[in-house]
Amino acid sequence: MTEPLLETRALSRNFGALAAARDINFRLEPGARHALIGPNGAGKTTFINLLTGVLQPTEGQVFLKGHDITGVAQAQRVKLGVARTFQINRLFRGLSVLENVYIAVAERLGAAPSMVVPAGQRGDVVEEAMQLLEMLKLADDAGHRISELPYGRQRLVELAIALGLKPEVLLLDEPAAGVPSAESHIILDAVAALPKHIGVLIIDHDMDLVFRFAERITVMVSGAIFAEGTPREIGANPEVRAVYLGQAGHG
Amino acid sequence: MSVTTSASAHPAALALAGRHRVRWWEAIPWILALAFFFAFPRNLGFGTDLLVTILFALSLDLALGYAGIVTLGHAAFFGAGAYTVGILAHEGIWTEPITSLILAACVAAFIGLASGLVLLRTTGLTLLMLTLCTMGLLEESANMGAAYTGGFDGLPSLPIPPLLGLFEFNPLYPKTQYLYVLAVLFICFVFTRTLVYSPFGQSLTGIRENTLRMHAVGAPVRARLVICYTISAAMAGIAGGIWAQANAYVNLSTLGLERAATVLIILVLGGYGRLYGAFIGAVAYMALSHFLARVYPTAWQLGLGLLLVLIALFARNGILGLWDSLRRRLRRKRAS
Repeated sequence: MTEPLLETRALSRNFGALAAARDINFRLEPGARHALIGPNGAGKTTFINLLTGVLQPTEGQVFLKGHDITGVAQAQRVKLGVARTFQINRLFRGLSVLENVYIAVAERLGAAPSMVVPAGQRGDVVEEAMQLLEMLKLADDAGHRISELPYGRQRLVELAIALGLKPEVLLLDEPAAGVPSAESHIILDAVAALPKHIGVLIIDHDMDLVFRFAERITVMVSGAIFAEGTPREIGANPEVRAVYLGQAGHG
Repeated sequence: MSVTTSASAHPAALALAGRHRVRWWEAIPWILALAFFFAFPRNLGFGTDLLVTILFALSLDLALGYAGIVTLGHAAFFGAGAYTVGILAHEGIWTEPITSLILAACVAAFIGLASGLVLLRTTGLTLLMLTLCTMGLLEESANMGAAYTGGFDGLPSLPIPPLLGLFEFNPLYPKTQYLYVLAVLFICFVFTRTLVYSPFGQSLTGIRENTLRMHAVGAPVRARLVICYTISAAMAGIAGGIWAQANAYVNLSTLGLERAATVLIILVLGGYGRLYGAFIGAVAYMALSHFLARVYPTAWQLGLGLLLVLIALFARNGILGLWDSLRRRLRRKRAS
């Protein structure tokens, strides 16, 4: 068995009496297309926050390529290759689309502490940011402010910022949330076109997206892993259908 | 749609690459400042005061306007600079103007660094109150330590030797002071302008726009804020130091809430997060208070307060923000 890209062992997190994450043993393989599903309040976002270092676990450990990163701070984990997007847009709203991506790329390339050279003269950063925008078909909006964009395109910028960090592990927290269904295919296409070597974990309620995208699915219920398997196995699992898929109205 | 062109030739990339270039109108404030020198030789005292205020507001703009550090205690650094110059000169330790100013910047920067390391762990209202407290502590220290600071009376008639050994500081005809402050303001402005257009400046605006996202892109947010706060404090210290030199005295007014609040009002009035907001705001504030004081000598601050309410309600981005939206509207009209 190959070494997992990201792994958690007996990961738990309590908020007072509430166990938001309970004894989670999870593996994300290199190049994985893995989905995490579960009813509202199952602890999916808490799990992402534990993986990215926003929250510290009450118990258990997180490993990245075999190294214990449990005590590593959020910004440091980003440098190690763990990036995420947010369920609700967290963008630099007053800045242009290009500047949004520029900020992420500049951090990764170590350009950000520089105080003398004008930002636009760092050709390497600008070039890479523009290439990302072209890849996501955002180039035409590069000069627009975030607040001028429709929500669907803002979601793409959310993805562009994460990709600007050149992650090895990409955690997508409901990438298509709040996007009108007519536009959600843009997000789906972008997710499908992600570089193959990135290990992707996607959280979503949209079963079409999950079953189209994922090669492996983990189901979370009440803070614990309820079931895990291939889409076919999960789709055929009567218990999963009872607690989740049935509720979601998928026959 | 052409896809073959290089990404960096995209209009947005070109705009970003060229945004730091000096525009023709950027010469206007400096030409006006020089014109003022020749046109109003009797009002150079007022002019000097105005330039110092612009410098102080510029320092606040770096922290508040660019990095989004909400502070109500920026006069702490102005006062630290002023008292550094004042005490050194009064005790006869060091009087040479330019090096004193550098020392003032160092002292203010040190206080900015030390307080920033603690304060910048907080945000919002907590930060606002803590900056106010820091300034209060310094003010009270200056009040209590009368042996060095002169207490409530301050330090009068500081011996300031001629600038570069050539130009006398004449309190009645402050030609030297005016040009000296103008030169220092220019240097500080060029420095600030370079900084805000740099990748570092871009990351500061990122922190202002969305701190949580900056953490998520791997930025050392607190370190960046502390560096910015320290630089801003140093510049405020220079403003305070040069104020002390130009006036040849120091008193508690350099450290008080009134000065901190005034500079905040000036920045909001002019438009924060824009390099020239400090200039426009200071000129507008000084001109307005001068005018209102003449028309309503007893209640001139009422007019100022009303104006501030109007700005807060209808022009959140100050005078420069109004100008921007006006221009945008005109352009849209022309386009349609």
